[in-house]
Amino acid sequence: MTVTETELAGHFEATVARGDRVEPRDWMPEAYRKTLIRQIAQHAHSEIIGMQPEGDWISRAPSLRRKAILLAKVQDEAGHGLYLYSACETLGTSRRELTEKLLSGKQKYSSIFNYPTPSYADVGTIGWLVDGAAICNQVPLCRTSFGPYGRAMIRICKEESFHQRQGYELLMTMMRGTDEQRAMVQESVDRFWWPALMMFGPPDDASPNTEQSMAWGIKRNTNDELRQKFVDMTVPQARALGVTLPDPELRWNSERQAHDFGEPDWHEFWAVVKGNGPCNAERLDRRRSAHEDGAWVRDAAVAFAEEGAR
Amino acid sequence: MISDDLLGNDAHWAFGTDFEDPLAGVDTTVPDGVDPAALARYCLMLGDDALVLSQRLSEWCSRAPDLEEDIALANVALDLLGQARLLLARAAAADPSVVPALPDDSPVPAEDALAFFRSPAEFRNVTMAELPNGDFAETITRLLLLSICRLAEFESMVAHPDAVLAAVAAKGRKELAYHRDFAARWFVTLARGTAESRRRVLGALDGLWAFWPELDAPADVEVVLDQVFAAADVSRPEVTPARGLGRECVHTEALTDLLAEMQSVARAHPKGLW
Amino acid sequence: MSEWPLYEVFLRSKRGLNHVHVGSLHAPDDRFALMHARDVYTRRNEGVSIWVVRACEITASSPDEKDPMFAPSGDKVYRHPTFYDIPEHVPHM
Ligand SMILES: [Fe+2]
Ligand SMILES: [Fe+2]
Repeated sequence: MTVTETELAGHFEATVARGDRVEPRDWMPEAYRKTLIRQIAQHAHSEIIGMQPEGDWISRAPSLRRKAILLAKVQDEAGHGLYLYSACETLGTSRRELTEKLLSGKQKYSSIFNYPTPSYADVGTIGWLVDGAAICNQVPLCRTSFGPYGRAMIRICKEESFHQRQGYELLMTMMRGTDEQRAMVQESVDRFWWPALMMFGPPDDASPNTEQSMAWGIKRNTNDELRQKFVDMTVPQARALGVTLPDPELRWNSERQAHDFGEPDWHEFWAVVKGNGPCNAERLDRRRSAHEDGAWVRDAAVAFAEEGAR
Repeated sequence: MISDDLLGNDAHWAFGTDFEDPLAGVDTTVPDGVDPAALARYCLMLGDDALVLSQRLSEWCSRAPDLEEDIALANVALDLLGQARLLLARAAAADPSVVPALPDDSPVPAEDALAFFRSPAEFRNVTMAELPNGDFAETITRLLLLSICRLAEFESMVAHPDAVLAAVAAKGRKELAYHRDFAARWFVTLARGTAESRRRVLGALDGLWAFWPELDAPADVEVVLDQVFAAADVSRPEVTPARGLGRECVHTEALTDLLAEMQSVARAHPKGLW
Repeated sequence: MSEWPLYEVFLRSKRGLNHVHVGSLHAPDDRFALMHARDVYTRRNEGVSIWVVRACEITASSPDEKDPMFAPSGDKVYRHPTFYDIPEHVPHM
């Protein structure tokens, strides 16, 4: 008895339709596997590159408590990358291959990390807005159709909520401080608001892969749905914080029971995606030198393990 | 923000560091027979070693040879930072005169006043902690030498008459035992890995060895170190000792640079609330 | 350049519970795998019991193996995606 490709595909589709998880050893369509690898890898790369903009402030954190919180947070991001690379490896690729694809520009990471962090307030803003947007994106992914990805997301989401809270708490504390500190917070929010909105990806009509990804249960909501949710969630938080969001079109629409808001600058979005953001080169350079400078260490450990095995 | 049902029961996730307060229920009065000024000086020595080494280790964040090592080095840095905070706070409580004067309405807590508002000439860390980072072999070798001595110090400090110091030691010795094991494991691995890793680790040891006498290791520490060296097939370098006077607040340029960076934001906002 | 092998990590967070699979990591050997597991998956919680095992040492059934439809296909290489080598020229990988 042989099983035809059609039967396998039928079984796969039934699994996804039931809302069941697809596991690594199941048969899956090649396009599903490729889409997953692309999405999980991009996500993993974002966690790892995302260590840099905030990590640059660890050495200068203005209190020992903040230094500990920030170091623990950036360390968590390394863990997130590690969990996601592992999930991706169950699809038949390796961390080294993925790292090489990141470094050669074949795979992307979230554009938000190509923006600079010139102010300590950016640590708070990133926690609040960037980790906040990441949570909006990621919570639905805990139910994504591919088992290892969903399980990695559950673990990650637990830690992200701590990240968002510490960021918001830092900004709240700074708002209770000096006038200078309040100005730092507002200036930072002004810089990060639009890039944070762009984190949800291009508008639905310019996002050709969304439909297939939703049919496969890889994605659970459209970009615009998630962006709306984020805005609705963030506006009251901004009010409580005492900052303004830099969008003159932002207002409550009682008919829709949601906020209307302006259009992000999609030209800027595509320019940064294509590698022309303020920090693209710098981020990849750092990652490349860490990877290359570490090669002799990884090789030494393998050589020593082989010696022990003999 | 995230609903619990979505995340499910997380009893089987082992998140979390040790969140218990190591000083809970500990008597914080300086006991009779302990000189508060001497106690504060001792706390500053050990606190500054931890703070400065933690700062150096955290420079590896996002630059380590692999993600696993990035996470491991951050854990060590976090442990040391935790020790530094407890020790600086104890120094300030034992002898408030060690804390730099700040404007009356400054909200800066004592541990931060000590970390961010002292000049290099007021730091008591050993020289080895402050040297600029080299490669991974240098970091591992430095961590081995420093943690092996610090562990011995903490093991005797468990019986310190000051209950706070004893509690800090009880918590810290477990952390330090792990730091030593981590460093020793890597030291042996690098020494016996490849020709390149061996060359690098021997070079690192040669460079650091001049500062070993400053650590003033007791005899039993020398024995443990020799065991690690034997496992690594490494002998003690023959290097002229440097004049390390960190305990007397004499430091290299490297500490000046480290502190200038570390203190920059705090000093720009002396009345800042963080 | 060599890549460290993949390990699977199992934790018992409390006495009386089973070890549960929590994730994976890379390590050059078993001893480093245990240290890494402690650093990555427990943030060094004392008293946690950790098992690590090389992923390639695990013998696994397919989740669907009991399903008669798939019983005869166990030897089909495409059912074992973990062992796929994806060539360099495939786009978007
Ligand atoms: Fe993350
Ligand atoms: Fe995060």
